[in-house]
Amino acid sequence: MSAFLGAFLPPFIVQLVIILLKIAVVIAIGLLHVAYATYWERKVIGHMQVRLGPREVGPFGLLQPIADGVKLFFKEDIIPANADKPLFYLSPVIFFIAAISSLSVIPFFESFVIADINIGLLFLFAMSSLGAYGIVLSGWSSNSKYAFLGGLRSASQVISYEISMGLSLVGVMLMAGSLNLSDIVRAQHQYPTGMFAVPQFIGFFVFVVSAFAETNRLPFDLPEAESELVAGYFTEYSGFRFALFFLGEYTGMIIMSSISSICFLGGWTIPRFVTDLLPFLNYVPGILWFLLKVYCFMFFFYWVRATLPRYRYDQLMAIGWKLLIPLSLLNIVITAIVKIWFRGMA
Amino acid sequence: MISQLFFGYFAAVIIILSLLVVTRKNPVHSVMWMLLMFFHIAGMYLFLNAEFIAAIQVIVYAGAILVLFLFVVLLLNLREELQTNRFIGSWPAGLVIAASLLLSMIAALRSFVPGPSGPYTIALIEKETHTRVLGQVLYTEYLFPFEIASLILLVAIIGAIVLAKKKVRS
Repeated sequence: MSAFLGAFLPPFIVQLVIILLKIAVVIAIGLLHVAYATYWERKVIGHMQVRLGPREVGPFGLLQPIADGVKLFFKEDIIPANADKPLFYLSPVIFFIAAISSLSVIPFFESFVIADINIGLLFLFAMSSLGAYGIVLSGWSSNSKYAFLGGLRSASQVISYEISMGLSLVGVMLMAGSLNLSDIVRAQHQYPTGMFAVPQFIGFFVFVVSAFAETNRLPFDLPEAESELVAGYFTEYSGFRFALFFLGEYTGMIIMSSISSICFLGGWTIPRFVTDLLPFLNYVPGILWFLLKVYCFMFFFYWVRATLPRYRYDQLMAIGWKLLIPLSLLNIVITAIVKIWFRGMA
Repeated sequence: MISQLFFGYFAAVIIILSLLVVTRKNPVHSVMWMLLMFFHIAGMYLFLNAEFIAAIQVIVYAGAILVLFLFVVLLLNLREELQTNRFIGSWPAGLVIAASLLLSMIAALRSFVPGPSGPYTIALIEKETHTRVLGQVLYTEYLFPFEIASLILLVAIIGAIVLAKKKVRS
């Protein structure tokens, strides 16, 4: 396509058009995934609880997410009387932008990534820490006790678990020797097991638990505990502002699944001993492997939600600070020692 | 030309945002302007090819320290806070000191000589990636100052724990 456009346009504009097209494709497909993640979640949880899930709108209820979106779009937009209006308007936007801009550094398959930057992993951390502002500010600006308590809970939870998540990925950085997400995937393909989840099993465990806490999912969904806090930090939001929080949360889940797929499960590649055994798998496009891993991780999110009860808040903090952070520090020390050991032997 | 425009934009916006931070009546709004200022500082680092520092600026300052500021500010009684004056009575004295500092800096600027450029040129940093170069310099040439800084931080952590810990009755 670049050759076709290059025939009658200067190269600088061709590049711009290609980048804009990539962004449009990623956002469109990403949001479609978010919409159908809600449908899929309701189906999965329905069947796990011996119900059928949505089935009225369209064949098998497939149009349900679209009906939900239309409904949210036409709902009345209610703003509490004493709300801090500028921050009340701003916080869902901050939350959603922080979630969706993380998509820009994720490599979906070989050489398809919007921004191939050297600090990809750090960019993801930066964006996920920015999301905490949307939560705290929405809780504060709503001028409601439920929202405020939910916001405080969520922010302290996100900040605590961000530390363990960052430390759990340091092992991956050490093994790959890079912060660039595409390089991490390529390093994994060179590695004998093909996936860092095998040697980095401690890091993978810490990452998975932290990912659940980061996205406010069960069993760590205390900020949104309905029985105590109505809906947590977005209690006072309605209409499309609520939808932005909802979209941001599901985008966050997809981002977490993508990070685990890229950093621990091999991204768009599959282990080489598998392709040596079954050579025809080489012809399967990489995006399918990537999506398969992301879908499995999303299913795991739903499965845990349908299975486990909620933790108490002090238990949540104790797990984060007393179990996960020491474990991830231990993982860093072990990985570094093993790496130096192997370098000494070679 | 474009690089000078970028620098001018960042410098001007950082100054305006800093003024907004200190003059807002509502402390929560001050914190938000400060967040925007931190992002502009990160942009400035990116512009200097220091991508790692830019990311750390956002993660540490915007993502951790400023969120803790926000926590403290949220727990203040805002109704009282909005009544009090922004500045204490002796602010003209502070202004005089700051202005004289600025003047002496401008006077000193004339005798400014750029230091000799070391082996780390922009081409090398772009080839080796900024993170790797920074790590190598930090852990070889500047290992001793780095360890001293870590020790000072450790002392601060232990001090905070000692202060915060309740006295156990024996």
